[in-house]
Amino acid sequence: MTNVVLDINNLVVGLGRKADAHRIIDDLSLRVAEGETLCLVGESGSGKSVTSLTVMGLQQKGTLIPSGGSVKLVGEELLTASDRRLRQLRATRMAMIFQEPMTALNPVVHVGRQIDEVLRAHTDLDARARRQKILAMMEHVRLPDVERIFASYPHRLSGGQRQRIMIAMALVLEPKLLIADEPTTALDVTTQKQILTLIRDLQRDHGTAVLFITHDMGVVAEIADRVAVMRHGRLVETGPLQDVLRHPKMEYTRNLLSSVPSLVPRTPRPETTEPVVLEANELGKVYRERSLFGKAREVAAAQNVTLTLRKGRTLGIVGESGSGKSTVARCIVRLIDPTSGGVRLAGREISDLSRRLLQPHRQKIQIIFQDPYRSLNPRVTVGESIAEGPINYGMPRKDALARARQLLKLVHLPPDAISRYPHQFSGGQRQRIAIARALALDPDVLVADEAVSALDVSVQAQVLDLLDEIQKRLGIALLFITHDLRVAAQICDDVAVMQHGRVVEQGPAAEVLTNPQQAYTRALLDAAPGRGWDFANFRPVSEAAE
Amino acid sequence: MAIDTLPESSIPVTRPFRLRLGFLTATPIIAVATICLALIILMAIFAPLLAPHDPLLLAPAQRLKPASAQFLLGTDAFGRDLMSRIIYGARISLVIGLGAAVCSIVIGLLIGLVSGFFRWVDAVMMRVMDGLMAIPSILLAIAVVSLSGASIWTVMVAITIPEIPRVARLVRSVVLTAREEPYVEAAISVGSSLPKIMWRHLMPNTIAPLIVQGTYVCASAILTEAILSFLGAGISPETPTWGNIMAEGRAYFQVKPQLIFWPGLLLSIAILSVNLIGDAARDALDPRMKQREGK
Amino acid sequence: MLGYLLRRILAAIPVMGVVALFVFLLLRLTPGDPAAILAGDNATPEQLDRIRASLGLNEPIYIQFYTWIMKLLHGDLGVSLISNKPILEMIGPRLEPSISVALATIILSILVAVPLGVIAAWKHGTWIDRFVMGLSVLGFSVPVFVIGYVLIQIFAIDLRWVPVQGFKSLSAGFGPFFERLILPTCTLSFIYVALIARMTRASMLDVLGEDYVRTARAKGIGEAGVLLRHALRNAAVPVITVIGSGFALLISGVVVTESVFNLPGIGRLTVDAVLARDYPVIQAMILLTSGIYVAVNLLIDLAYTLLDPRIRY
Repeated sequence: MTNVVLDINNLVVGLGRKADAHRIIDDLSLRVAEGETLCLVGESGSGKSVTSLTVMGLQQKGTLIPSGGSVKLVGEELLTASDRRLRQLRATRMAMIFQEPMTALNPVVHVGRQIDEVLRAHTDLDARARRQKILAMMEHVRLPDVERIFASYPHRLSGGQRQRIMIAMALVLEPKLLIADEPTTALDVTTQKQILTLIRDLQRDHGTAVLFITHDMGVVAEIADRVAVMRHGRLVETGPLQDVLRHPKMEYTRNLLSSVPSLVPRTPRPETTEPVVLEANELGKVYRERSLFGKAREVAAAQNVTLTLRKGRTLGIVGESGSGKSTVARCIVRLIDPTSGGVRLAGREISDLSRRLLQPHRQKIQIIFQDPYRSLNPRVTVGESIAEGPINYGMPRKDALARARQLLKLVHLPPDAISRYPHQFSGGQRQRIAIARALALDPDVLVADEAVSALDVSVQAQVLDLLDEIQKRLGIALLFITHDLRVAAQICDDVAVMQHGRVVEQGPAAEVLTNPQQAYTRALLDAAPGRGWDFANFRPVSEAAE
Repeated sequence: MAIDTLPESSIPVTRPFRLRLGFLTATPIIAVATICLALIILMAIFAPLLAPHDPLLLAPAQRLKPASAQFLLGTDAFGRDLMSRIIYGARISLVIGLGAAVCSIVIGLLIGLVSGFFRWVDAVMMRVMDGLMAIPSILLAIAVVSLSGASIWTVMVAITIPEIPRVARLVRSVVLTAREEPYVEAAISVGSSLPKIMWRHLMPNTIAPLIVQGTYVCASAILTEAILSFLGAGISPETPTWGNIMAEGRAYFQVKPQLIFWPGLLLSIAILSVNLIGDAARDALDPRMKQREGK
Repeated sequence: MLGYLLRRILAAIPVMGVVALFVFLLLRLTPGDPAAILAGDNATPEQLDRIRASLGLNEPIYIQFYTWIMKLLHGDLGVSLISNKPILEMIGPRLEPSISVALATIILSILVAVPLGVIAAWKHGTWIDRFVMGLSVLGFSVPVFVIGYVLIQIFAIDLRWVPVQGFKSLSAGFGPFFERLILPTCTLSFIYVALIARMTRASMLDVLGEDYVRTARAKGIGEAGVLLRHALRNAAVPVITVIGSGFALLISGVVVTESVFNLPGIGRLTVDAVLARDYPVIQAMILLTSGIYVAVNLLIDLAYTLLDPRIRY
């Protein structure tokens, strides 16, 4: 290997100072060489972010204590360096970009000034030279209209632009090491692709060593030279990208890769002539912002959305954030009232029913939410949560609780979970409970609003399997809202692609996702990271076709 | 692999958000506050047994006596025993503190719950609350007392009114946050009625902040009562309250500062104890807040 | 910007309306004959008639309200029942002491409390933090007048550094004005410092956990820059909010402090009116102080837009 920039050897980070403290990082060794990208992969809680913060000396002081090993940056030990020395090294030798471009920039300071601070802290340049350097750097990260953006506040910029500002800030002094902690996770796929390309290009030009932290195998396949897999603070395996993806040595890596849903749609199920259970006709939702002076502002969150869903089928609504897909879901379950168009549930129009008249129809359509930590009332037992619906519709309490037990079994949880409180369960388990609650009313339609997006891939795979199994057993119709094309490809019979509140393309999943007709759908598919890889089969997609 | 393991059946059922009384001795300072408050409460309950003299007995011959074996803290300008008056004074302060806390929380809770859920009520109620909050609480209380005459009940009403908006706003903000929670939306979609959603999913969220707010209202009510008495706008002057004792002591401050010092000390200790216990309750109920505001 | 300003001002109108209605109804809804309440138990029929006429109590209630409001809008706060002087004239000469103490308190409190809160948050969990928080609970708990008398005892009576009580106008020279202002200001500042320091600390702790503070540290700039340029500016909005809402507390404090230190301000005027059952004066004082409170909070609303560019006009 050529010049090693970052050299981590047997690093141990403990929770607290005690000798027997829980080890967040346990005996971790990594190397990143000049001009190389090392992807550090792992699920939540694997310690990958702590690793990066420890290198920067930004870990929570007093709580996370590096207690062993060494971290060397171009030969210089960082763990024992003084605060002053670490400050000097930051931005000059090592720099970092973070996950949330929305919150990583100071909201009350112009972005130009925020970059300027780096130069003021570490160089002796005068104001004009600094400004020129900053504008040049901003052009370098391909920001448009740099003079205007220089004097803008962060909230005036898009997520992608903010992440470019972060990159400009990180690289303006040409550090040897760039740490990128999930830098594209909060971005839409199309923006993600641009940012990944940008990081790749800048790294080539400057020979920067990049430590790239991600949970997304697709991103790994796009950007990594080498991969390191972490779990529970330990290194599972490390190696060149091709080796790890094709021939994972460890069971854990193999499982992780197998859990990644393929972008190639599953074999389509035969068309059915089952009855239509849900129809949306030219559904629209316009938000009016009332204003005392001047005209009211109107924002169309959804326009002319027409969907059809048959019994036992799955319809996916895919789109980027702000495309209106969640608005459609919430209109259909009548958590919000649509402003135009209709929703027919089992042939019965429900969009114009009053809350009271709607009551008997509510049980026919149920919803599961994204955040498993907030979708169950923390103060109510799991059993009571599940039984709440049936009790509302007149089932005696005893029977409702008995039904809750059966449903827990159906979602593979032990029946005695009934008397526990939600905080005793993991995210995936809570999502199963939420599914059980939705099923308690025997609905015809189940709406899943990004229901697996907050879960780790392995858990995500389990929940997707569960939904599939339930659908087969109960013949329920699923309306599946997701931003993740891979998930859509694996679970949907049909998909509707949404952009700016409108459905731009709709049809069988196998067709839309392999042979898209619309430019937007093509762009979306093209931007999906790792689209060339069939992770679950440890080979590129192209080899499968041969 | 983060396998979604099933919970062990042997795991005991643990309830979230339990306020255990252990918080009252969480740190030495809080333990001292708890003991102080307990002593003051006992003093109020057993005042007739503890007080060496009749707190109302006038003895012009004994006026402004220094501390002695007969009058442990001396006498006031009317020759009444200062110590007995201070002991009895605890009664008024505690009754007012507790009464104002309970009343303002009950009324504020109702207003807050309703405003949090019905938009048109909200618009009207919050304007009214804004208006009440704009009036400095002492002035509002003074106006009420001076019109309706000074008795322990009018003083209590006068102190409760300005506290209501704070409680109502607190409850309303908790309700507004909670009703955005997916679990409330889930309850709507499984067809739960509005009263059920309020009672079961929204109300419980308000309990913890209300317990904490209740202690603060209690402390502030004790303080306001003392100020009202001190300004001469409180309960009639012969009644032994800490504020009244100090109000009478004002004229003799340079001669006999004890008339202000002793009741002031007890008053401060009582309020301080209630405030500290309130902070401790908040830390115990919401560990996240401890990180933010803790001590 | 102008639209925002207008909207804030319009929003203040119903608040003042509620205050006026409350003050008006308080007298009328109290059980019993309002005139008898005001005149006291030993009033002669002539006194009662005079009060009735002066407050227009013989008219139907909505006409009473209308005439009262119209007078208010023309700047007529009514006439004192005791001295028969227009209340506005009574207030005029009383403003200087009250405003002096209030302004001095605000300035002193901010200068003391904000640094205390910042340091407590920065040194979170250390003895400095506990000390500041302890001080703040103490400030909330010890009544203003107790603090006042303790300070008088120590600094005026025992040490004889400053005069015990009283007030000298600024026109009589800065020295005498200033030395009589020191104790009242310190007394009143206690609770305000407690309030502001607590909020500054809480808000700073929130902000110090934000991603952009981590970004600032990742840039390698010094701690002072991180604390002041990045954290404090973002923490400022809740702090000035509490300065505004604490203004009601300050006004209450002024009333008490003026009694303790014998300052001839509007607080004394109010207390004297209460003792004399001069309801029109009490009414006027409530309207005046609430008006000041609403105006201060209006200014604070406007300050938000300077501090946080995200607040939409």
